[in-house]
Amino acid sequence: MAKISYAQALVDGMRESMAADTTVSLVGTNVLGLGPQRPLIEQVRDEFPDRVFDPPCSEAGLASLGIGAAMAGARPIIDFGVGSFSLLAWCQLVAEAGVAHHMSGGQINVPMVFTMLHGLRGGGGGQHSHSPQAMLWNNPGIEIVVPSSPKDVKGLFKAAVASNNPTAIISHARLLGVEGEVPEDDFVIELGSGEIKRPGKDISLIASSRSVVTALEAADELSGEGIEAEVVDLRTLSPLDKDIILKSVNNTGRVIVIDETNESCGVAAEISAIISEAAFDALKSPIKRIARPNVPVPASPLLENCLDITPDKIIAAAHDLVGN
Amino acid sequence: MTDNLTPDQNSAILDRMLLIRRFEEMLIDLAGDHNFGHYHLYIGEEATGATVVESLTETDLLLTTWRNHGHLLARGADPGRMVAEILGRADGYNKGRGGTLHLTVRDVGFLSTSGLVGGAVGLASGAGFALKQAGEDNICVVFFGDGAMEEGVVFEAMNLASLWSLPVLFVCENNNSGAISAQEGGFPSSEIAASRISDIPKSLNIKSELVDGADVAAVHAVIAEAVGGMRKGSGPAFIEAYTERWPGSRPLWPTQATGVTQLAAAWDPSLITGEYAGWIDEFDPLIRFIRNQLDAGVLSQDELRERDSKICDQIAEARAFGEASALPGPESALDGVFAA
Repeated sequence: MAKISYAQALVDGMRESMAADTTVSLVGTNVLGLGPQRPLIEQVRDEFPDRVFDPPCSEAGLASLGIGAAMAGARPIIDFGVGSFSLLAWCQLVAEAGVAHHMSGGQINVPMVFTMLHGLRGGGGGQHSHSPQAMLWNNPGIEIVVPSSPKDVKGLFKAAVASNNPTAIISHARLLGVEGEVPEDDFVIELGSGEIKRPGKDISLIASSRSVVTALEAADELSGEGIEAEVVDLRTLSPLDKDIILKSVNNTGRVIVIDETNESCGVAAEISAIISEAAFDALKSPIKRIARPNVPVPASPLLENCLDITPDKIIAAAHDLVGN
Repeated sequence: MTDNLTPDQNSAILDRMLLIRRFEEMLIDLAGDHNFGHYHLYIGEEATGATVVESLTETDLLLTTWRNHGHLLARGADPGRMVAEILGRADGYNKGRGGTLHLTVRDVGFLSTSGLVGGAVGLASGAGFALKQAGEDNICVVFFGDGAMEEGVVFEAMNLASLWSLPVLFVCENNNSGAISAQEGGFPSSEIAASRISDIPKSLNIKSELVDGADVAAVHAVIAEAVGGMRKGSGPAFIEAYTERWPGSRPLWPTQATGVTQLAAAWDPSLITGEYAGWIDEFDPLIRFIRNQLDAGVLSQDELRERDSKICDQIAEARAFGEASALPGPESALDGVFAA
């Protein structure tokens, strides 16, 4: 297996999707942000020059364009660049894309992909650091993909393009340069399938996106202390693999839900509610959440770092729980 | 200007206009028997929808808004299934999930019916994008009101359509001319700083025309020219079709101030009475078109009565079908959020 970056794996998933279906086009080319991975997107333009578009900054118009094109039978990829910018297209996402199939009685499909970068990125500040996946999850009808590794982003990207539903692929800005092994065969990862990234019997660390990477680092340290943490990667929020969550909780009885969306009504809140409704009897201690505090993201690196989810925060929470 | 349309085309347009008028009149009565919330009627605007579809092929795509009944009927949707949808029944086109606001019929080319004021306009540029990418000469037509011009997404969609030369026909049905509803119901009508709506797209290099939306021949002339150009790749076009705002929407103005249309008013001025007499005489697109066809000698009063009678029967059947249709099963409320 080749070891490649998350950004390269994303590009590979996109290129293979475009090669497989001539109706797939890319509108917006800030998929990999403005950092060192940015030039990789040119591979897509080189291979499919007539299917890559640099649009004006019209988030609502572009979201509409993608939705309308999908309704007409194409499979466009609409890139918002920064996840915060998707908020300009919120009406189109939740009140056009998310409702069209149901509201039309099944007459209309919206087979398209939205891409965006979320999370703390170093100096993003209050208007470039949103993690909109929880807000999006609060609305029906949209599939939400939050990969944590190069292999996952490639396999999930292909599944998202092939899906007959609107699908948001939300990548963490700080994952783009992370490297990992990616199989060379033509693989797809089914939406709604979580993965145990590390097995363990003492405590479940349930995470998605970059929080999985942080949880794995914490699990390594905890293992040195004799605490074996199981790291559950949700991989997609909608559809959600509830079975993999509940199975892990039933095995360990102790849970920390780790997620970078804001604490109130965030991903960690929803996962915690699901566990307490469906596996309360298996719990040996209360569920803990580690999420982004409910404050706008400050620009100062020191202040921004205070909000970040670190292995230390996870380890401290694990000590509290295992001590119970 | 009737020279542009053949007698067969004029005949088809008249039937569509009659069908729409009688359907909407029936709906006002239906609303007395059933509570189905909002409705927004197309009375007074029939000439536009009934004529625009004359320039379209079977595979062209369409989008519309909450004021959709006329567009769907003009395109050949089944009035019975439309009534069923409006009443929230299982036989409705949207299985009762769309109602009058979102009533849509994919089989006759409609991609979506958006209740968001400028929503359909944004989607239309997307449909145009897909058609252009597919390399076919089909076009997308979107119908929307003057209020949509107040929303930012409409500017964005027109900019994209112009930049990328997308085959989108923007049909703005401006029924705000009289703004009578603002006085009657206390609801505001559109407020736009531009002197004329049709000036706005010109700043984005979109060809734009202003036309009397109650004049069949005039509408056909501008639409046929715009569509012809678009099929050859000339990019988007914008038509502002202005009409009077007619009563009969709920909750805006849920009365039928002009009563059930008497077609004989086209030749018998004594039938045009009441507070809105001048309005019927001058602005009613159906009465105007009947007069035009009678004057041209291609329609007789008897033939008109016969055709109207058939259409009224069809509408009565449609109403009966809709009212007899079963309610959807309660469990179906949770179905179909995602496509397979």
